Amino acid sequence: MAEVSLRKIVKAYEGDVQAVKGIDLEIADHEFVVLVGPSGCGKSTTLRMIAGLEEITSGDIAIGGTVVNDIPPRDRDIAMVFQNYALYPHMSVYDNMAFGLTLRKFPKAEIDKRVTEAARILDITPLLARKPKALSGGQRQRVAMGRAIVRDPKVFLFDEPLSNLDAKLRVQMRTEIKKVHQTVNTTTIYVTHDQVEAMTLADRVVVMNHGIIEQVGPPQELYHHPATRFVAGFIGSPAMNFIPAKLEEASGALRVVLSNGTTLDVPEARTARYRAHAGKPVLFGIRPEHLTDDKPTDKTNPAPMILTPEVIEPMGMETLAHFKLDGAEISARLDPATPASVGQPLRLIAHMDQMHLIDPSNDKVL
Amino acid sequence: MADGGVATLPRAVAPGGASLKRFARRRSTIAFLMTLPLIVVIGGLVAWPAGYAMYLSTLNRRMTSFIGLGNFEILLDSETFRMVIFQSMFFAITAVILKAGIGFWLAHMLHHIPAKGQRKWRGMLLVPWVIPPALSTLGWWWMFEPTYSSINWILNIFAVPSVPWLGEPWWARTSVIIVNVWYGAPFFMIMYLAALKSVPEQLYEAAQIDGATSWQRLRYVTLPMMANIISITVLFSLIVTFANYDIVRVLTNGGPRDLTHVFASYAFQVGILAGNIPRGAAVSLFMFPILAIIAFFVLRGVNRRNREEA
Amino acid sequence: MSATTVPVRQGIYHKAGSLRRERRWALITAYISLIVAAIIMLAPPVYMLLTSLKTSAEVADQSGSPWWVRDPTLENYSALLTNRMFIDFFLNSAKVTILVVAITMVISVLAAFALGRMRFWGSQMLATGVFLTYLVPDTLLFIPLYQIVGGLGLLDSAWGLVLVYPTLTVPFCTWIMIGYFASIPKELDEAALIDGANWMQMLWKIFIPVALPGIIAATIFAFTVSWAAFVYPTAFITTPSEMPMTIGVVSQLIRGDTFAWGQLMAGALLAALPPVVIYAFLMDYYIAGLTAGATKG
Repeated sequence: MAEVSLRKIVKAYEGDVQAVKGIDLEIADHEFVVLVGPSGCGKSTTLRMIAGLEEITSGDIAIGGTVVNDIPPRDRDIAMVFQNYALYPHMSVYDNMAFGLTLRKFPKAEIDKRVTEAARILDITPLLARKPKALSGGQRQRVAMGRAIVRDPKVFLFDEPLSNLDAKLRVQMRTEIKKVHQTVNTTTIYVTHDQVEAMTLADRVVVMNHGIIEQVGPPQELYHHPATRFVAGFIGSPAMNFIPAKLEEASGALRVVLSNGTTLDVPEARTARYRAHAGKPVLFGIRPEHLTDDKPTDKTNPAPMILTPEVIEPMGMETLAHFKLDGAEISARLDPATPASVGQPLRLIAHMDQMHLIDPSNDKVL
Repeated sequence: MADGGVATLPRAVAPGGASLKRFARRRSTIAFLMTLPLIVVIGGLVAWPAGYAMYLSTLNRRMTSFIGLGNFEILLDSETFRMVIFQSMFFAITAVILKAGIGFWLAHMLHHIPAKGQRKWRGMLLVPWVIPPALSTLGWWWMFEPTYSSINWILNIFAVPSVPWLGEPWWARTSVIIVNVWYGAPFFMIMYLAALKSVPEQLYEAAQIDGATSWQRLRYVTLPMMANIISITVLFSLIVTFANYDIVRVLTNGGPRDLTHVFASYAFQVGILAGNIPRGAAVSLFMFPILAIIAFFVLRGVNRRNREEA
Repeated sequence: MSATTVPVRQGIYHKAGSLRRERRWALITAYISLIVAAIIMLAPPVYMLLTSLKTSAEVADQSGSPWWVRDPTLENYSALLTNRMFIDFFLNSAKVTILVVAITMVISVLAAFALGRMRFWGSQMLATGVFLTYLVPDTLLFIPLYQIVGGLGLLDSAWGLVLVYPTLTVPFCTWIMIGYFASIPKELDEAALIDGANWMQMLWKIFIPVALPGIIAATIFAFTVSWAAFVYPTAFITTPSEMPMTIGVVSQLIRGDTFAWGQLMAGALLAALPPVVIYAFLMDYYIAGLTAGATKG
């Protein structure tokens, strides 16, 4: 059990390509932190540097208050779960889990105790004698976790552990990982490109892009208060709509004028925040779930927009509609009972209390 | 650890002196030590002898004085050696074409029969490759034996006159080629069968839907997919066949009248049996440029293949 | 629902042959080719076997078919198996082969692991060098090696063969082991590193067991090549007591003008037996090793 801290971590490859451009991150003891970002954003490299599988170019990595920059992986007291599980194919499940302890010369009884306990936690006791080849994807995943648990390390590292599983199993194993973390309570760093995994698992999510950290925060905060355009677009599915717009001030009130001329009033609560930007071009951001159909019961109707759907996708519990607005792709989540149909103009309301404005000059959320 | 910063944290002193940088450096050292025996074998038993051969070939018979390219000049002037060059080329090229053709045909046939029986046939057809060639050539020699030839016995049944297998130059050359093809064709068959199996079945199905006949499927799907492996095996076999010794030594020992000698057997004759080491070295060195050219193309083919797979 | 029936367009169909007939002919061609090939491929060893079961008198008798044995006898075999010289050939072959296989496997497994997994300065060049060495035939090297082995005083000794045979086996075995090791996922060594293994433990406990089929294939290759080696023993060994099987059978069992054909064939078959037996039992590994050079390289 330990906290992990990264200070100005840089990873540069030959030819001055920087995969990680000086990141700072403090991870508390027992915390579950998820590094998320598109492929090539540096999240896996960061994890591998923490593991000691990649050398750091500059900066410091400390585990449990000790700088480990120069410590080989085997002495860092970490355990890692790989995307393709990396189970030793010639060893039984038991031996796979025991291998790390055997190499560390643990007494037989202790090894047995730990393996049995881990197998119990993961519900794989009946599989202990089998070879990895005879296991399903989900079972292999559990064994890989078991191999990490028995070591009782300071930190668990997960490198996209669920990517090789099918959708259904992924959801199931996600819950499993969360449960395991609640049981063993070890500091965990988890890398994924799947924002749903990040949101559901993490105490704190670290969004990375192009080798830097865009934002760190609890899942809800990232969803409601993204700091940058990238985070706003990356978190949430379907992704947030971005519409080029202009912020105008008229008699003390602010309003957003979209590129197609639609005018939307900015709620009063936000006026103070946005006033400095009045008269400037902005990017109006609104999530599809905050762009819904205009219910006849809703009399107040704060911000109506009229758009013509190009594609309608009924999903059962909701219906997605896709529009085009001056080249921008817009989507909205409609009630499944919506009367909307392709080619028929549709009245939508934007929930302006959930709006975001982005400064196009630096992509920061205002 | 609010803002104390990492700078004030204790630095872990790498246990056992195994810091990550030293770890990497030690890795190089260990890796070098692990490859050292290989380097010794390659350097001491291949590279050095190859260089030594070049030195040897510039000496006179008793290895007392340097005569430059004298050995090569004498060899090129000799009728026998010119015949050796011709015979080596003729033997290697003919044999390799036949081996590759027969191997490809057999692989194709094997690929077409139900998968269940393939193992059995493959096992039978590979037998010639498994027997040490020097020993199986003894069997052929006995089958070619002028008085008792069991092949002639069969030919006679079909009213074909007996063939002087090893007695007449062109028949002797043919015999050497027959034995080499018999020995080497199974190897090609196995290689091509493996390559055929690696062509995805869907390609054939797609070609079939597109209206390709079986000939067109061979021409436009199989051959392009196998082009690389075909060229690698052919070039590789050219080297091995070109440098062949066993079959000629056992079957004809160069006869009749030194007309079936190839480089290897002639080098042996001159260098070891007649005791003219420098000239023998010169004979085998004649193989070198040809082998180097072939090796260049093999390496190119292999690299290209690796790139495709990467 | 339209009632018009689409007219059956037979136009293009009747041109094409019947699918079933085409398949059947293809199969018949295949089987005929294979049967002819099998007869040709197996005829020499079968004829050797027949001859080895004949007495000298029957061999010399030309009245009947040479492809038949009237009076099978094992006397050729018993004569060989009680012949001290022949037993020596076998022991020499066994000694040389076992030593060479052991040396080869140690050298090539260590080198392949280092070259394939522990990138270091020059490793790429060395791997190419290994492949090039594999392309250098023994017949290019036997004359300088004759001088070198002679200089070491190892001519006419089986030890000289143990020294030079690795040139035949090491390059190819290293090459295919690099291929087998390369097929082991990178995460496996990273997992082992994190689990606390050092390089030797990684090689011994992970790589060798996982690449076992490759190890077996390489061992078989090294065995068959050293057993069948012919150029070097022919050049280096002249004393019968130091000869391995191949050259022993070829040079010593042929005496004078009246060849003891039955005994010669029996000797050749006995000498060929070990590789053939290995092939019979480990065919799949044997073939995997053969094709590994092509499919993995």
